[in-house]
Amino acid sequence: MKLIVNGEAREIAAPTLDKALEELEMGGRTVATALNGAFVPARRRAEAALKEGDRLEVLTPMQGG
Amino acid sequence: MARDFYGVELKSRLMLGTARYPSPKILAEAIAASGAEIVTVSLRRESRGQRGGEDFWGMIRDLGVRVLPNTAGCHSVREAVTTAQMAREVFATDWIKLEVIGDADTLQPDVFGLVEAARILSDDGFQVFPYTTEDLVVAERLIEAGCRVLMPWGAPIGTGKGLNNVYGLRALRAHFPDTPLVVDAGLGLPSHAAAAMELGYDAVLLNTAVALAGDPVAMAKGFARAVEAGRLAYEADPMSPRDMAEPSPPVIGLASL
Repeated sequence: MKLIVNGEAREIAAPTLDKALEELEMGGRTVATALNGAFVPARRRAEAALKEGDRLEVLTPMQGG
Repeated sequence: MARDFYGVELKSRLMLGTARYPSPKILAEAIAASGAEIVTVSLRRESRGQRGGEDFWGMIRDLGVRVLPNTAGCHSVREAVTTAQMAREVFATDWIKLEVIGDADTLQPDVFGLVEAARILSDDGFQVFPYTTEDLVVAERLIEAGCRVLMPWGAPIGTGKGLNNVYGLRALRAHFPDTPLVVDAGLGLPSHAAAAMELGYDAVLLNTAVALAGDPVAMAKGFARAVEAGRLAYEADPMSPRDMAEPSPPVIGLASL
């Protein structure tokens, strides 16, 4: 199915958010996730089912002011 | 009077941003030189190839400072709230520097969205440091929403103009004698930081003035000393300015020649 991952269209086979992160080669990293604008805690990623057209944001620490 | 930041008492009254430094090494040296115990951090989109975020976070953790994550770049309540929730998980802190930007040119806070987001986040257990203006009524609403610290701007972010509205900042200090107040944004020179501290502000938060200086490490030291000088001056109860000259030595005993 097609998802929008960090603003880019991606073809993802994984049915859930935790598996999608692995497919995106972002598994095990220090990241936070949001699905369609709502925060998904790390402990809930396995329950977060994905569907066509979902918007996924994967954020990591960066410098800030 | 010691005003703490959600129960945390600090030795340094300088808070430093971590963006726009020439290199990670200079960033680390500038933080050390500033003596800052709180540094601001942010979140960005992860990319598959790079692991820059982890390296940065590892470096900050090694410095032993407390982090204050921000919601920079958020223009709506929903974006700011979601970003804050994501930051809480990644940085493992309830502290959040809440920015809800209302105008793209001036990066002026959207104070209506700010109050709404502050209420949502405070109710959710966050300890909110709101980036606001010097408006007294907005400040009152933020405190009603649960904020125990206020961070009014000195001038728009990144401008380096110093304290745009000294009268307004002084009025804010007078209205909220027990609330920790931090001048956040717009400072360009150590003298600006000293001026904020002389008004009785509890701390200053700055980034660009140090990061974009020719020698960020030296500028970090300069700001540290200015903040200390301004605080000492405030505690020392400065003299009142007067219009007429007054001789420094006593007039009594002056020779008549």
